[in-house]
Amino acid sequence: MELKLSREDAAFRDEVRSFIAANYPPEMRVPNPETDLTKEQSLLWHRILHKKGWIAPLWPKEYGGPGWSVTQRFIFEQETSRAGTLPPFAFSVTMVGPVIYTFGNEAQKKKFLPRILSGEDWWCQGYSEPGSGSDLATVRTKAVHDGDHYIVNGHKTWTTLAQHADWIFCLVRTDPSAKPQSGISFLLIDMKSPGVTVRPIITIDGSHEVNDVFLENVRVPAENLIGEENKGWTYAKFLLGNERTSMAGIGRSTRYINKMKQIVRAEIPAEDPAHLEFLRDIARVELDVLALEATELRVVAQMARGIDPGPAASLFKIRGTEIFQAITELTHRAIGNYGLAIREHPVSANRFMPGPDYGHTASEKYLNARKLSIYGGSNEIQRNIIAKAVLGL
Amino acid sequence: MDIQFTEEQELLRSSVQRLLRDQYDFEARRKIVASEEGFSRKQWAAFAELGLLAAPFSEGAGGLGGGPLSTMIVMHEFGRHLVLEPFVETVVLAGGLIEHVGTKEQQQSFIPSIIDGSKIWTLAWTEKGSRFDFADVTTRARRDGSDYVLTGSKTMVIAAPWADHLIVSARTSGNDRDRGVSLFVVDRRASGLDLQSFKTIDGRRAAEVSLRDVRGQLLGAEGEGVAALEACRDRAIGALCAEAVGAIGELNSATLDYSKTRKQFGTTIGSFQVLQHRMVDMFIAHQEALSLMQHLSLSLGTGDSGLSRLASGAKSKIGYAGKFVADQAVQLHGGMGMTDELNVGHYFKRISSINIQFGDPAFHLLRYAQLDTAA
Repeated sequence: MELKLSREDAAFRDEVRSFIAANYPPEMRVPNPETDLTKEQSLLWHRILHKKGWIAPLWPKEYGGPGWSVTQRFIFEQETSRAGTLPPFAFSVTMVGPVIYTFGNEAQKKKFLPRILSGEDWWCQGYSEPGSGSDLATVRTKAVHDGDHYIVNGHKTWTTLAQHADWIFCLVRTDPSAKPQSGISFLLIDMKSPGVTVRPIITIDGSHEVNDVFLENVRVPAENLIGEENKGWTYAKFLLGNERTSMAGIGRSTRYINKMKQIVRAEIPAEDPAHLEFLRDIARVELDVLALEATELRVVAQMARGIDPGPAASLFKIRGTEIFQAITELTHRAIGNYGLAIREHPVSANRFMPGPDYGHTASEKYLNARKLSIYGGSNEIQRNIIAKAVLGL
Repeated sequence: MDIQFTEEQELLRSSVQRLLRDQYDFEARRKIVASEEGFSRKQWAAFAELGLLAAPFSEGAGGLGGGPLSTMIVMHEFGRHLVLEPFVETVVLAGGLIEHVGTKEQQQSFIPSIIDGSKIWTLAWTEKGSRFDFADVTTRARRDGSDYVLTGSKTMVIAAPWADHLIVSARTSGNDRDRGVSLFVVDRRASGLDLQSFKTIDGRRAAEVSLRDVRGQLLGAEGEGVAALEACRDRAIGALCAEAVGAIGELNSATLDYSKTRKQFGTTIGSFQVLQHRMVDMFIAHQEALSLMQHLSLSLGTGDSGLSRLASGAKSKIGYAGKFVADQAVQLHGGMGMTDELNVGHYFKRISSINIQFGDPAFHLLRYAQLDTAA
């Protein structure tokens, strides 16, 4: 399905398409790019996009964005996702960057934004805590004034790729006596500061994506506070809004469906009644993708006309993640007995896997994708958002 | 991709909306259902006057050239008001067939009286046990001079009791389930044609049609009936999906309103999270169905390759969405949802009927899967 494109937009699409084809690093085409790449490898594409000036589609031109229209941004998103390129690490470019250029001061913009664009600084997100998941406003990590510094103590968790991070943006409590939402500040912390400890959390798929981050008497310069003290909840919500855009994941789902069709064709004889059942299940999820894609195009067309999409992002998050979970589950079912095996994490020595190549990542993807309906505001929270904002309940 | 209506389309939509708001509320509809004929000739004349019956036809055929998008606009509003009159049967099915496979003479002789509202048509293709297979036809047609003579029977022919003409599929060669099927225009009052009329679950009228040596005029090429019906089904699906989406939207508003006023345990039931999440899923189902409806209508206009597969996909996905929303709308209205008095149950029944016509969601899911060249 295609947007109806103007001649200029069609030329832009062709330019993006051929740029990807000519420049996407072959060494990033590994079985599971999300877990199989080293930090350096995963930054290769980031640096290429940066050199081209395409690393931050969302950013205004004055801060280093490409100055694209809504439609061009969508085309870029669509083309990169269809081509299966590893998206630039979201926590830096999509999340903290916009917070800094929207709410930060000049010194902060000058210091941080160029290094985000170039990939020199890798950011991670210090939001969740053991006692604060969906109910984020209850964060307990404390920041106390000490001269021109804050002393920070607390425990952040589910911190994605903190093991690579140079900086962490944190929600910290600066006013314990205020209402939960009113006493929070948004603080940038150097991961090399004394008192910061990262402990891996291994997830059910065997990968090391997330971490605990312990903060013990960490001294943070007061100049690292974003905006006003105790206004952090406003900035945090702004950021979460960005996090949920583009979660429909049409390109990715389409690629995985095509791969699944190959697996079904190879693994299940056409005369087996199970084959028909798979065809039906695939058709069902394919139609889910089609309907979501048509909805995404409808919203993009509305945004291009200046219409506020409202909480459309929540709809995309819910359906996009449900769909991808269904696809990974079906793929895992399609490989049959081989689904019992799980690939060792690539950084370990043991890489033997039984069964055909196309099945090697099915188990870990199936397991890993369970996170999708939990992170970024669980799907239940997204339903609460729609219930309130759209249905007025 | 979001359809930005042209001034003409906007005008069409607002005029249908105004007409139905003024003349077609739920009580007015109830009276029409209870009337002897079961539909309103007065409304039909009003539709003709407004140009609705002319909207989709090409200008060459005397229409307004609005194409599938105008059908979508009209049917979406009809779905919101549960309109009974046979727009789909007359304009989309019969009108579409005459326009697409009829001769110039047939177009000139039949389309003007469809457009001015003086003649009502329907399509008779289903037979006992045929389910959704256009080729499962035992009614036979044999040549007799320049005409044909038809013998056999058709079942579940919606709007037949209201119709002046029927388009009937009949076998001109081969055996049951071969594609040697052709289409014929038959006069409903022709000798040898008998109707046994009955009411449908959604308040319409239909009939069992028996034909004994009934004279018919060939429509389209001999032996090309199945292909003509397949293309006709794609257009019908476009119309029925728009109608379903209109009904889904109304059910969602009604349910939401009810949840904000109905109190149990000392509070409005809309304050319960389990019901809030249910209504969010109903909202999402409506949004997705609406998007797919637009996508299909645009594709019907451009005749994209893969159109028929898309039509089946939309019929299935929107069918399941409609079933989900209708089920939940009744459930959330509790006992009231079961009553004949409330409109909710009538939307439920219309959506259930749409889901049967031209193939149910499961049939079209499988068809969508089997037309996949990549699988």
